[in-house]
Amino acid sequence: MQQIIPAITLEIAVLVLGLLMLFAEAFSTRADRSHMARYAIAVLLALVGFSFFTTPPPANPAAGSMWNFYAVDATAMLFKRIALATTAIVLVMALEYRSVLAKFIPGTEEGRGTGEFYCLPVFICAGLMFMASAVDFILIFVALELVTIGFYVLVAYMRKHEQSLEAGVKYLILGALSTGFLVYGVTWIFGLSGHTHLDKVKAALVAGFAAGGPLVGNEHALLFGIMLVLVALGFKIAAAPFQLWVPDVYQGAPTPVTAFLSVGSKAAGFIVLVRVLEVFLAIPAVRGKVVAALVLLAILTLLYGNLTAMPQDNLKRLFAYSSIAHAGYLLIACAALSADPAGAKEAISFYLAGYLVMTLLSFLVLITVARQSRGDDIRHFAGLGKRNPFLAFAMTVAIASLAGIPLTAGFLGKFLVFKSAVAAGQYALIGVGILGVGAGFYYYFKVIAAMYWDEPTDRTPITVGPLTRLFVGGLVALVFVLGIWPAPILNQLSERPITAVAHK
Amino acid sequence: MTVLNFIVLLPILNAIAIACGAPARKSALLSAWTQLALTIVAMCGYRGGFAYGSTWAVAPEWGLNLTFGADGLALVMLLLTAIVTVAAVWVTPKIEKRENLFYACVLLISGGAAGAFASVDMFFFYAFHELALIPTFLLIGIWGQGERQVAAWKITIYLAVGSMILLVGLAKLYLAFPEGARTFDMIEMTKARHLIPAAEQGGIYIWLLVGFGVLISLFPFHSWAAPAYAAAPTPAAMLHAGVLKKFGLYGLIRIAVPLLPEGAKVWMNLLLVLLVANILYIGLVTIAQKKLDWMLGYSSVMHMGYIFLGIAAGNAIGITGASLLMLGHGLSIAALFAMCGYLRQTSPSLAFTSLGGIAKKAPFLGYAFGMAAFASIGLPGFANFASEAMVFFGAFKAGPAATLDFSSIQLATVCGLWGVVISAVYMLRAYRQIFQGEPQANVAAFKDPSCSIKWSVILLLAALMVGGLWPKSMLNFIQPSVEALIGK
Repeated sequence: MQQIIPAITLEIAVLVLGLLMLFAEAFSTRADRSHMARYAIAVLLALVGFSFFTTPPPANPAAGSMWNFYAVDATAMLFKRIALATTAIVLVMALEYRSVLAKFIPGTEEGRGTGEFYCLPVFICAGLMFMASAVDFILIFVALELVTIGFYVLVAYMRKHEQSLEAGVKYLILGALSTGFLVYGVTWIFGLSGHTHLDKVKAALVAGFAAGGPLVGNEHALLFGIMLVLVALGFKIAAAPFQLWVPDVYQGAPTPVTAFLSVGSKAAGFIVLVRVLEVFLAIPAVRGKVVAALVLLAILTLLYGNLTAMPQDNLKRLFAYSSIAHAGYLLIACAALSADPAGAKEAISFYLAGYLVMTLLSFLVLITVARQSRGDDIRHFAGLGKRNPFLAFAMTVAIASLAGIPLTAGFLGKFLVFKSAVAAGQYALIGVGILGVGAGFYYYFKVIAAMYWDEPTDRTPITVGPLTRLFVGGLVALVFVLGIWPAPILNQLSERPITAVAHK
Repeated sequence: MTVLNFIVLLPILNAIAIACGAPARKSALLSAWTQLALTIVAMCGYRGGFAYGSTWAVAPEWGLNLTFGADGLALVMLLLTAIVTVAAVWVTPKIEKRENLFYACVLLISGGAAGAFASVDMFFFYAFHELALIPTFLLIGIWGQGERQVAAWKITIYLAVGSMILLVGLAKLYLAFPEGARTFDMIEMTKARHLIPAAEQGGIYIWLLVGFGVLISLFPFHSWAAPAYAAAPTPAAMLHAGVLKKFGLYGLIRIAVPLLPEGAKVWMNLLLVLLVANILYIGLVTIAQKKLDWMLGYSSVMHMGYIFLGIAAGNAIGITGASLLMLGHGLSIAALFAMCGYLRQTSPSLAFTSLGGIAKKAPFLGYAFGMAAFASIGLPGFANFASEAMVFFGAFKAGPAATLDFSSIQLATVCGLWGVVISAVYMLRAYRQIFQGEPQANVAAFKDPSCSIKWSVILLLAALMVGGLWPKSMLNFIQPSVEALIGK
C-alpha cells in the first residue's frame, strides 16, 4: 500500500477542521449550523480512509524532534481510526439531538447556538488521536486535558437545563481533582527517574531498582507516584471507587455527549493506562503491588457497576452504571497484563473497539427513540418492537453485544478478557466476572423485555432519518462483523510496529 | 457449500425472511420439512469419518475457523433437531399476536441447535448454541403462560451464567495445549489430546461439568428447567427439552470424554452423586407434581441422570447408549409436550384432579399419550429401552468385573435402576388420572386434536419405534463415531 501521508497530518487535519468550524461559526450568516456537522462528518470519515496511507516514522529520530514524544504503532493507528469514526457518529447523534438541544439554550432563532456543539467534538477527537500516540507524560497530560476541557463545556452545554449544569459542575470539579492527582503522581515518578518519556522512565526505573541500583529503598516513593497516577486514571475510566461522578454526569449531559464521554473518555483512559502499566509492571520491585491494586480495582468496579445497574429505570443511568461494569471487565485484562502481556493487550484493544461500536449503536437508537417518546426511561421503550421494528432490532443487537451473546463484538471481547484472565490464573476475578455477566443479563434484558413483552403506551410509529438509518444499519453490521470475523481488527493489532516494518 | 451448510443456514435465513415479513407459518413449515429432507439426504450419503466438511478462516493465528462437518453422532443429533423442528412448527396453533416474530424465534432456536451440532470448531459450537438465548426469552415472555415472566428471567440468567462458566472451561482447555498446538478445531484437539497435561485435566473438567451441567439441568443446577417448560409455549418447550438440552450432553461426549479422561476420573464420584440425585431425588420430586406440565418438565430433568450415567461409564457401550438415549428422550419428551400443549389449549387446567377420562372423548390422544409415556418410562419397543439398557450395561461394566464388592459406579447403576420404577409410577399415575375413568364434566366437550397435531405426534412416535425396534439403524451411525472419539 502506498504510504504517502505522515501520521501527524491526521491530527493536524482534524485541528484545522475544528478551527475552520470555529470560523464558520463566527462568520456564517446562516442561523442553522447543521450543515457544519454534515461537512465535518464527511471530512472525518475521509480521514479514516486517508489513515491507511500514512508513512512510518523515522527509525532514529533526531533529538528534540516530535518523534520523541509521538509514536505511531499499529494499536495507535487503530485507535486514531476509532476516534475519527466515533466522532463522526457522535456528530450524527448531535444532528439527531439538535431539536432537544435547542430547547435548553438561550436564543430564539432556529438552530442558533448549536455551532460549538458540533465543533468541540472535533477538538476532542484531535485530543484522543494525540493520546493514542503519546509516549511522554507531558504529551499524555496535554492530550488528556484537550479531551477533558472539551468535555467540561459539552457536558454543561444545555444552559437552561439544571441537570446539565449540575453535571457540568460535578464533572469539572472531579475532573480537575483527577488532573491534580495525575500531575502530582507524574512529579514523583519524574523525581525518581529524571525523565518524562515513558521508555526512558522505564529504563531508568528498571536500572535504579535493580539489585544494587541507586533507587533501591525508594520503593514507597515510586508506589506513591504510581498510586496517584492510578487514581487519576481511575477517574477517567470510571473505576470504583472513583466512579462517583459517572451516574449524574451521564444522566445530566446531552445524550450525544454522554455517548462520547462513555466511549471517548473511557478509551482514552485505557490507552494511557496500558501505556503507563507497561512501565510500572516492568519494575519487579513494585509489580506485585500494582497487580494487586488492579485486581482490587477490578473487583470493586465489577461489583459496583453490575449491582448498581440492576435497579435502574432510566436508560441513560443504566448505561452509566453498566459502563462502570465494562470498565471492570477491561480492568480484568489490565490485571492480567503482566502474566499474559500479548493476550491481555489484544483483549483490551478488541474489547474497547467492540465496546465503542455497541455503545454508540445503543446511544444512537436511544437518542432517536427518546426524542420521539419524550423521555429516556426504560418504559419509554415499551412496545418499540411494534412502533419501529428496525430500531427495536438494532437495540436488541446492541444489548446482545453489551450483555455478551456470541456472534457479536461484545462476546468476543469478553471471551478474550476471560481467556487472558485464565492464562494469568486470576480466578477471583473470573468468579466476580461471571457474577457480573449474570447480573448484566438481568439489567440489559430489561430493555429487551420492555421492547417486546410490553404493549406500547403510545402507538405513534417512530420515524428515522436517512442519515441515522444509514449509521444504525452500519453499526449493526459492524457488531456482527467484529463478532464473527474479527480478523481485520486483529490483523491491525498483531501487525508489527510500523517502524519495524519499514526499516528492516 | 455442502448439504450441511444448507441444513444450518436454512432455518436461520428463513427466520430472517419471516422476521422481514414472509408468510410465517408456510415458510416455517417449508423450512422445517426441507431441513428434515436435507438431513436424511446427508445421512444416506454418509460414509464414515467426518463428512461434509467446509471451512472459512476467521482468526487463523488463534486456530479459529468457522468449520462445519459431521460424524455419525452429529448426524443423529441433526436428525433429532430436524424431526423435533418439524413437529414443533406443525403443532403450533394459530398465533394471535405477532405471528412472524414467533416463528422467527422458533426457527432461530432450531438453526442454533443445528449449527452447534454441525460445528467442528469449539468456538462456533458454543456460539451457535447461544443463538437460542434471546428467542427463548421472547417466546416465554410474550407467548408463554402462567408465571411466564419469572420463568423467562430465570432460564435466561441461569443459562447465561452456565454458559459463562462453560466459556471459562473452554478457554482453560484451549490454553492447556502448549503454544503452537492451540486450536479450536475439535478434531485436531482430539488428535492432539496427549498434549494436555494429566495434572491439569481435573481443573478443566470441573468447569466443563458445571458449565454443561447448568445447561443440561444437572442436580443442583436444575431449578430453571421445570418452571421454564411449564411456562413456555408448546414449540419452545419441545425444542428446548427435546433438542437444546442435548447440546450440553453432546458437548460432554464430544469434548470432555475424549480430551479429559484423567479429569473425569478425578470428579467421578461427585458426578455419580449428582446424577443419582438427578434420578432419585428429582424422580421423587416428579412424583409429587400435581400438574402435567410441571411433571413433564421434572421428568425431563430426571432422565438426564441416565444419560450422565452413560457418560460417566466412559466406555463405548455406555456412551453409545447415552447418545441413543439423547435421541430417544428428545423425541419422547417432544411428543409428550406436544400433547400437553394440546391439553392446555382445550382444558381449563392441567391439574391431574381436574382432568379425567379423556381417553373416551379423544381415543387417539389416549393411545398416543400412552405410547409416548411408555417410551419415556423405557419400555421395550422404543428407542429409550434399547438405549437405557446399553447405559446400564455400560455403567455396570465400567466397574471391576467378577467381584461382589461393588465399585461406586456400579452402586450408582443399582440406584439408577430404581429410576425406571419411579418413572413408571409418575407416568402411569398421570396417565390413569388424565385419560382413564369416566370423563369429568369439564372435559365433556373434549375432542381429538386436529390433523397437524396428530401427524406430528405420529412422526415423533414412529421415529421412536424405528429407534426401538431397529436400533441398528441409528447405532450404525453412533457407534463408529463414539469408538473413534474414545479411541478404540
